[in-house]
Amino acid sequence: MDDLYRELIIDHYKNPQYRGHLDPNDIRFEDDNPLCGDHIEVTLRVDGDRKVTEGRFDGKGCAISQASADLLIESIIGKPLEDVKKLTKQDVLDLLGIELGPVRLKCALLALKVLKAGVYGLGEASDELVG
Amino acid sequence: MPLDVLSLRNDFPILKREVSPGIPLVYLDSTATTQKPRSVLEAMEAFYRTNNANIHRGVHILAEESTGMYEQARQKVAKFINAPSAEEVIFTRNTTESINLVAYTWARATLKSGDRIILTEMEHHSNLVPWHMLASERGVVMEFVPVTGEGLLDLEAYRALLTRSPKLVAFSGMSNVLGTFNPVAEMTRLAHAAGAIVLVDGAQSVPHLPVDVQALGVDFLAFSAHKMLGPTGIGTLYGRADLLERMPPFLGGGDMIKTVHLRSFIPNDLPHKFEAGTPAIAEAVGFGAAVDYLNKVGMEAVAAHEQEMVSYALERLEEIPGVKVLGPSADKKGGVAAFTLEGVHPHDIAQIMDRYGIAVRAGHHCAQPLHEKFGITATARASFYIYSLKEEVDALVAGIYKVKEIFG
Repeated sequence: MDDLYRELIIDHYKNPQYRGHLDPNDIRFEDDNPLCGDHIEVTLRVDGDRKVTEGRFDGKGCAISQASADLLIESIIGKPLEDVKKLTKQDVLDLLGIELGPVRLKCALLALKVLKAGVYGLGEASDELVG
Repeated sequence: MPLDVLSLRNDFPILKREVSPGIPLVYLDSTATTQKPRSVLEAMEAFYRTNNANIHRGVHILAEESTGMYEQARQKVAKFINAPSAEEVIFTRNTTESINLVAYTWARATLKSGDRIILTEMEHHSNLVPWHMLASERGVVMEFVPVTGEGLLDLEAYRALLTRSPKLVAFSGMSNVLGTFNPVAEMTRLAHAAGAIVLVDGAQSVPHLPVDVQALGVDFLAFSAHKMLGPTGIGTLYGRADLLERMPPFLGGGDMIKTVHLRSFIPNDLPHKFEAGTPAIAEAVGFGAAVDYLNKVGMEAVAAHEQEMVSYALERLEEIPGVKVLGPSADKKGGVAAFTLEGVHPHDIAQIMDRYGIAVRAGHHCAQPLHEKFGITATARASFYIYSLKEEVDALVAGIYKVKEIFG
């Protein structure tokens, strides 16, 4: 198997555990990568302690963008929103377990960008969130 | 006579490259830029080694030689497109700059609010955005010839648009995604009958088939050296002399002037009026060498080889379940095959191909509106040129099966 397309990534792409849309939700945000048409929406529910109780992503795009969204949602269930705010580029790369060039990095980081913009309650997702 | 592709490939040093040990390069991205033959590389190096000087107005021998070589390149390019005179060949940076030159000079001097210009739905961003900028600045109205489901221009709709007195028709000679060869001579004749000026984006068409600006009748033709075996950094705007004479200059600076005073200047004669500052001299020399190479091969042979390549590619690609190729049948297109594979994003296709040394492009190829038209965000694109082999198409097909296996 090609290292970039580890079984883990293909598996999360083909059989995502967290694909969907939560309604009602406490946090919702979406954005896209216009260059390749990747699109991700994240919806979350949080409890009284500001911990993530449920999360879903929806969207379309390449295997890297969709698998990283699924892995990312999986990793934040039960975590305080304050911890989610601290997630970095490296955390996503660790989840994926691969090295990426600059073009594909944008695909991998789209979900994190959307997630953090939603958690911070920002109007737009900026690249600074995933620096 | 068919091209002897195997011996011709020896002229292109990069084609011998292995992308990693034991993995040879399969270069299927010539629509983005072509590889360069040794004769082009050597002409540019020889220029820097023996002739290099700034051109025009120098009296010393190097300046005279450099000026002569630069102007000789212009003559070669003029002859290549059968321009009536070399002064109608303006050297620019690339196709994009050539189109911008027309948009900033001819169009801004000529068009008023409410004037109509006709473009098409298959344009590259370089033949869209300069007109968007003009439209928002001047209130010029943009209209678009639709693309049919087959990937051809809807000529009935074009005729209807022409009845509304457009001032300009600007369209691509060959689509960089669909590969479609548009009927340039016919569209130009119709545009002229309607009183419009015609600009053709020849970035893809000029490298791929014989082009004769006098036979086609076009008023402006824009193209780039790097898509026809030449270096990056130099392109051409061909323009009819009477139009160029009436147009205001584009960039101001040295070389584009006849005389300069503190408060005024008089522009230079054609073509220098549009070439401000030190131009890409070595690149012009390389461009001339590229034209020599193409002339030696013969543009009829180039077109025939591409036709053979694209026919074979379409035949092989269409037999793969889940693959859909955009654009018309092989007889109506140049050497481009943009495709989708069901269930796999084009980025994933290109990335996996790269592991096997196969260079294909993925994305919207600077033609986002065209992709929107077909309801897709991106395609993977394989493209061919004079050095492409059927074995490379076979490698592409094997690569697609590998992608299918991984995504199973």
